Amino acid sequence: MTAATSAGVGVLASNDQGPAPERQVAKDILRRGAIALPVALLVGFIGWGPAGAASVGFAAALVLANFWLAAVLLGWAARISYGLLMGVALFGFLVRMGLIAVAVMAVRDQGWVEPVPLGATLVVTHLGLLFWETRFVSASLAFPGLKPSPEES
Amino acid sequence: MSALVLAQEAAAAGITDKGIAALTYGLGAIGPGIGIGYLVGQSVQAMARQPEAAGMVRTTMFLGIAFVEALALIGFVVFFLGQ
Repeated sequence: MTAATSAGVGVLASNDQGPAPERQVAKDILRRGAIALPVALLVGFIGWGPAGAASVGFAAALVLANFWLAAVLLGWAARISYGLLMGVALFGFLVRMGLIAVAVMAVRDQGWVEPVPLGATLVVTHLGLLFWETRFVSASLAFPGLKPSPEES
Repeated sequence: MSALVLAQEAAAAGITDKGIAALTYGLGAIGPGIGIGYLVGQSVQAMARQPEAAGMVRTTMFLGIAFVEALALIGFVVFFLGQ
């Protein structure tokens, strides 16, 4: 085994036993999602009636579950090894996209589903919550996850 | 004209619009897949070089993955609405 190869194996076998910042960020995204959800439901109800509100709620739940699942899986894998982290990140992406596809395709013919608010909520909630969250992420050495609250700093 | 011929050949081969839409979404998901692979590879390299910055890198990586995922999500929504 060459030095470069053994160094590569060492990197992939090492892990991070520190706290999982992904969970902290995902929990904050869930909190903000819960704040934004009533407004989204109201928009769905005004635009498409009860079916629109139900579709918006379903799509928002999918997006929030997707964030939470991603954070849990990445945090779990990073504690074991960076090699597993790489695998979980890529195959987790495929699995989560597959789960969203299965969930949406399973309900698309139901009477309470409106395709337009469902699809729009999937994209807008995902991107909106992410952009909103970036304002509160510190990503510094002292605070790797969220920015500290005024009491903490 | 050529599009018409392609559509006729696809119909003759038993390929439906739904099948073409699914294939297009699958092809579209390759881009985000490459993006996530590159992003995570670079993040692991950064964590290996500076283990004390691992938390910071993981936060950035998590947000990066979520942003890249949005592309695949947009592709899926277009596929879903286009059916």
